[in-house]
Amino acid sequence: MTAYLKLDHIDKSFARGNQVSEVLKDIRLTIDKGEFVSIIGHSGCGKSTLLNLIAGLTTVSAGAVLLEDKEVDSPGPERAVVFQNHSLLPWLTVYENINLAVSKVFGRSKSKAERHDWIMRNLDLVQMAHARDKRPAEISGGMKQRVGIARALAMEPKILLLDEPFGALDALTRAHLQDAVMDIHSRLGSTTIMITHDVDEAVLLSDRIVMMTNGPAATIGEVLAVPLARPRRRIELASDRTFLRCREAVLKFLYERHRFVEAAE
Amino acid sequence: MSIQTIEDTTVKAFPAPAKPAEVIAFTAKARRRFDPIVIAGKLASALVPPAIVIALMLVVWQIACSSPTASLPPPSQVWNEAYDLIAHPFFNNGPQDIGLAWRVLISLQRVAIGFGLAAIVGVALGALVGQSIWAMRGLDPVFQILRTVPPLAWLPLSLAAFRDSSPSALFVIFITSIWPIIINTAVGVRNIPEDYRNVARILRLNQFEFFVKIMVPAAAPYIFTGLRIGIGLSWLAIVAAEMLTGGVGIGFFIWDAWNSSRLPDIIVALAYIGVTGFCLDRLVAAVGAFVTRGTTAK
Repeated sequence: MTAYLKLDHIDKSFARGNQVSEVLKDIRLTIDKGEFVSIIGHSGCGKSTLLNLIAGLTTVSAGAVLLEDKEVDSPGPERAVVFQNHSLLPWLTVYENINLAVSKVFGRSKSKAERHDWIMRNLDLVQMAHARDKRPAEISGGMKQRVGIARALAMEPKILLLDEPFGALDALTRAHLQDAVMDIHSRLGSTTIMITHDVDEAVLLSDRIVMMTNGPAATIGEVLAVPLARPRRRIELASDRTFLRCREAVLKFLYERHRFVEAAE
Repeated sequence: MSIQTIEDTTVKAFPAPAKPAEVIAFTAKARRRFDPIVIAGKLASALVPPAIVIALMLVVWQIACSSPTASLPPPSQVWNEAYDLIAHPFFNNGPQDIGLAWRVLISLQRVAIGFGLAAIVGVALGALVGQSIWAMRGLDPVFQILRTVPPLAWLPLSLAAFRDSSPSALFVIFITSIWPIIINTAVGVRNIPEDYRNVARILRLNQFEFFVKIMVPAAAPYIFTGLRIGIGLSWLAIVAAEMLTGGVGIGFFIWDAWNSSRLPDIIVALAYIGVTGFCLDRLVAAVGAFVTRGTTAK
């Protein structure tokens, strides 16, 4: 059986002048359809670069990203990204922001009424239908991120890529959004890759946690399966032994074996 | 036992404040948004200081030019000799003898065409320069040199090229006002956040869609800054252009008045040009503020 998404011996280096810096080295990973995978690591380990490679926003130096056995070489709506800073267009309303994506992706295959229903369905999914006519500047950070998720989902992507989606939010809003993402994942079964630096978040949401070693030339250190049944509830998990064991494993990886050393550059 | 009594009182106490009648009072307290006194106060604070300054200037001018040997006319003489021009801006006594408002309108028509072309070409060129690093390296130095050429210097060349006065005048307006539009648009396009570009790439927007849906709205604040400077420059150029090409515009009127030594007429025309230029500037600023509402806020 072939994997849904395959990262095949990926190297990535950036050249600046005649100085070449190796960011990622020999990344090998396969992800199944419907899986929720988190990528965790210290800052500067190339997590975001890895996500950009999968999104096609940057190109690999060696190796290949294969989605359903087809090589990824450019960005596209089947790999929708939710950006850390939401990236909503400030001159469009919430509805228009999603409409921009929907009319581009489904402009030919859906009628106008169908597109409208589809936009509203995705807004309902993130509970933002009430703010459809607001501009991004008029809604809170958590709400913007919800709209960002709705925009990505509205593209009906094969893979949903979340780039530290909750990094800029306060703890309470973050918990709400994590629940929303879990709910959406259970309903749609979307294959999801999430970049995070939050251990609890990784364990709570993921089927597997990919732990990155420190750069330069970072690679995958360990992959931890999280054998927790879904639906998961954060309060019950707080004292769950499997949850705590997974959490401890990630913490040990990050703070014992691959401690972050301030790079002396 | 004591606990029970407390519970009882709380249970009974809750329904009591459930319907506070005071809530209605809040609507009565809402302030009226269009209070005539507040508006009158704001108007006065905006109008009174410039009125005082203008009055003082008129007084100084009157005193300075009152001596019989003065080379320029004092305001009283302007008022007496050019009264027809001031009081009747819309008179029409045949093809060459028309009121100043008509002349301003004819000049505005020229500016509209020249500036309109400059806006279209300028935004397109600015987008190119902002998007492509090679276009910028090649074109930017040329633009930086050409933009310092004064409007009058273009006139002989354009007269030679077009062999007709009215396209030459349009060309001078166009070439004077286009540079700030190009340069500001280019800066705006270069400053489009990388995230917006990534959104466009993920959606696979083509060049045209990217231009219309991302680039122009994202760079709109910069574009309107360029347009505002540009319209000011094009109004500066109209007088230069019409002085040499003739016609019935406000610029030619000044030249004509100078040739027949009607200094008061020139002073009235200057006031017309100043007020019109001010209005044009405010108009573009207002359109810009309306179009870019919401885009500047993060």
